[in-house]
Amino acid sequence: MQFAGFLLRRLAGLIGVLFGMSLLIFCIVHILPGNVAYAILGEFATPAAVAQLEIKLGLHDPLPVQYWRWLSAMLHGDFGQSIVMQKPAAELIGEALGRSALLAIFAFLLVTTGGIALGLHAATHRGRALDKVLSLSQFVLLAIPEFFWAILAVLIFASWMKLLPATGYTPLAEAGIARWAAHLILPVLVLAFGLVAHVSRLTRSSMIEVLESRYVLAARARGMAEHRVLWRHALPNALLPTITVLAIDAGILIGGIVVVETVFAYPGLGRLLVFSIERHDLPLLQVGMMVVTAVYAVANFIAELLYAALNPRIRVTGATA
Amino acid sequence: MSVVGLRSPHTPSTLLLGGTFLAVIVVACLVGIWFTPYDPTAFAVRLRLQPPTVLHPFGTDEFGRDVLSRVLAGGHLSLATGFGAMAISLLFGVPLGLIAAFHGGILQEVIMRMVDLLISLPPVLLGLLVLAVTPPGLAKTIAAVGLVYVPIMVRLTRAVALSLLEEDFVQAARARGEGALPILWHEILPNAWPPIIVECGLRVTFAILLGSALSFLGLGPQPPASEWGLMIAEGREFLTQAPWICLAPGLSLCVLLVSVNLVGEGLREKLDPHLSGRGDA
Repeated sequence: MQFAGFLLRRLAGLIGVLFGMSLLIFCIVHILPGNVAYAILGEFATPAAVAQLEIKLGLHDPLPVQYWRWLSAMLHGDFGQSIVMQKPAAELIGEALGRSALLAIFAFLLVTTGGIALGLHAATHRGRALDKVLSLSQFVLLAIPEFFWAILAVLIFASWMKLLPATGYTPLAEAGIARWAAHLILPVLVLAFGLVAHVSRLTRSSMIEVLESRYVLAARARGMAEHRVLWRHALPNALLPTITVLAIDAGILIGGIVVVETVFAYPGLGRLLVFSIERHDLPLLQVGMMVVTAVYAVANFIAELLYAALNPRIRVTGATA
Repeated sequence: MSVVGLRSPHTPSTLLLGGTFLAVIVVACLVGIWFTPYDPTAFAVRLRLQPPTVLHPFGTDEFGRDVLSRVLAGGHLSLATGFGAMAISLLFGVPLGLIAAFHGGILQEVIMRMVDLLISLPPVLLGLLVLAVTPPGLAKTIAAVGLVYVPIMVRLTRAVALSLLEEDFVQAARARGEGALPILWHEILPNAWPPIIVECGLRVTFAILLGSALSFLGLGPQPPASEWGLMIAEGREFLTQAPWICLAPGLSLCVLLVSVNLVGEGLREKLDPHLSGRGDA
């Protein structure tokens, strides 16, 4: 009963955010100068031609009318047309989203497993070599931009060692698993690199905190085996803050994907967004932004539910730690 | 948490180390605005893509421009983005956070829902969205990055102010019949700034990172400016042939970011010892 109420509240929040975001994206795209008709016709278009196209596209209607038209079309599954590529935006975004999801899922798995494993190891082996290396490297790893890691990775693994392709993507069906995977390795590693440091650092400190708590002491005092103390008592509680951080990292990951896809010329959603900005393809940009926001909002929603499921205290107050 | 911490003689080694590096970089970048070994925009076609030599320690780029001069001339752009964006987020975030905490009611609702909305977009995308439509430039990058961190500053300021409002000394001031502004000015702000400064110190790193990433995507200062992210983007084409064009600005950016990060961590240790202690909650 309580959980249902919590779920409903969060769901309403999710819808509110998506609605607000659609307003914000629409306003920014439409209020700032940068005319769609000019973008379609090119800079040498005659004023008459521009005016005619503006009428055809409905750009003279009041903004609320235009907004409503866009929103209701989206709710009906019509995502509009890309101006530059002359294709339905839904088709372009669907393809690109799938390829970006590949990067995101692999990177996220790597960050989660690698980060938690390293953090756990560091917490249980405090002061040893790996722990020291990890706590020193956090300053460096977290402070280096993804695009520079990407450049270094291309330089080392593609230019010098010639182990992996520098850029591009080949579909699985066309090229077979080896070449398909070869194009994914570098982008995924670059995306995961900095975030592993982030997650492991947080897991380490919350694990240390939990290990010093009274219920762990009590469990040990009852003579429970150490691995059972770690896995059954300490870890589930230590992972609570990690979930929050993973949700934040999902946002960093999405931003990282935009940059990393650009460096590796990987045809995903991030590159499509940058392309639509460069070419002034505003309808594509609007919908692309909306899709990314929705993905991020849903990821956060899932993180909140997971957090609540693991930590019953949160449901009563609705506050976040 | 107290102001007394500032006067204590102990200065964390991270702060010293990072501060020294940062000071050197800032001086080099400030000098670089006016003076560089070569003209950072002068073409010298015969000298194009030369590897590092004594005359050109970081080599030359595809137009024969001296990479070292370009790195020095462009550094202030990254610094301006990081610290400018921080200033913007302070300028808007702190007052809005205080208003939200103090005023409550409908005003708080409006401010906090806007904050929720802006936070619900990943930072790079919010930056992209703001910069997407109009022609790019340094001032716009700073504004966009600043906007990204305004909501974070609002949340933090509000949280800090709300907890201070519960404190006895604020209750006492209220009981004395002091008005809202004097309470804000004399009671809340002096005690609220340590956590705010700590947050700023840690956020500057991310602001510089975000600014350079946006320039890398072509949404920052435009050529022939030598913003480091932009230089890396331009040098990508010659990565195999002349890696120094990318490596020089890239490594400079890394040194800058690591030192800013160290300063941020050091500030945190100094101003907020409780936070930096691990597992003592």
